[in-house]
Amino acid sequence: MESNQILEIIYILEDSFIGEYVRSSLWLFPVIQSFHLIGLGILGGSVVLGDFRLLGILFRSESVSYVILQTKLWFNIGLFTLVITGVPLFLSEAVKCYYSRAFWIKISCLILGVIFVYFVRNPMALKSRNNFLLKFIGSVSFSLWVVTAASGRWIGFS
Amino acid sequence: MMEFIEWLASTSSSVALRESLYLYPWIESAHVLFIAIFFGTLLFVDLRLSGYVFKELSITEMNKKVLPLTIIGFILMCLTGFLLFYAIPIRNYQNLFFRIKIILMIIAGLNAYYFHRTMNRESKTWDKDSHIPFVMKFSAVSSLLLWSLVIISGRMIAYNWFDCDRQPQSEIINFLTSCIVETELYESLDGI
Repeated sequence: MESNQILEIIYILEDSFIGEYVRSSLWLFPVIQSFHLIGLGILGGSVVLGDFRLLGILFRSESVSYVILQTKLWFNIGLFTLVITGVPLFLSEAVKCYYSRAFWIKISCLILGVIFVYFVRNPMALKSRNNFLLKFIGSVSFSLWVVTAASGRWIGFS
Repeated sequence: MMEFIEWLASTSSSVALRESLYLYPWIESAHVLFIAIFFGTLLFVDLRLSGYVFKELSITEMNKKVLPLTIIGFILMCLTGFLLFYAIPIRNYQNLFFRIKIILMIIAGLNAYYFHRTMNRESKTWDKDSHIPFVMKFSAVSSLLLWSLVIISGRMIAYNWFDCDRQPQSEIINFLTSCIVETELYESLDGI
């Protein structure tokens, strides 16, 4: 797809009903942002607990699979909250996001992070007993989510 | 108080932070990450207390494992938060949401103090039990609610709706933000 085709779609998204609605309100954007942050906290907690177990920092006397199973639901709840609040935030300033490098870094890491957690980290955590591999998986996952969150904050500075 | 804040704003590191292009955003990003660590780990401590997760661990075990991380997150969050305040002291001091946030943090702190005092005294009787006293559950839920409100009001500090340099504001807002408006100036501006 050519870049001006993408830009056309971006303009359609920005002009969408939700985008328009969020922009027209003084309060809505900040309020949605706040809940986005709370979602980040929920996801952050489950990522920290899970990845720190993989890294061998937390819950050393509990098994890796136990910690992942205990945090899985809250990872999903956090991610759901983030997406449901993140989409309207994006729609309200889609064009600005398109030109923001921070936004593209964030989206790339987010997609990688989601794929990694559901298809690599969680299945491997339930199966593998290779401590070195598990530590590697934990550090990849943690790094991806740190960059996602930090670059997300940077969208607001660009 | 205002004199102290004005002095703080005039210190060279405050000016440097305020005028820095990248340092301030970096500190803010770090602040957000530490919020996630603090709030996220606290969430799991409170979820354990309410009996939703890690039921195989006793409450004191869970606290012993997770709370150190919560405290590290809290300290780093406060440190970065102080730097953010220190970069723009006058504006923050007179910001309505900043003041609400500080009050909420004090309430959340008192709640945590009460919670841990009771916890240390009584937990031996219900540590592994499923019958956690209602007040403790209530305190855990309040803590999550209070910290959520702290996060929300913190996020709102960035918005200038009630800022002192945006007049006219209602009298009550100017009172709550200790904003002194030079009314004569405004009256004379009205005349123009």
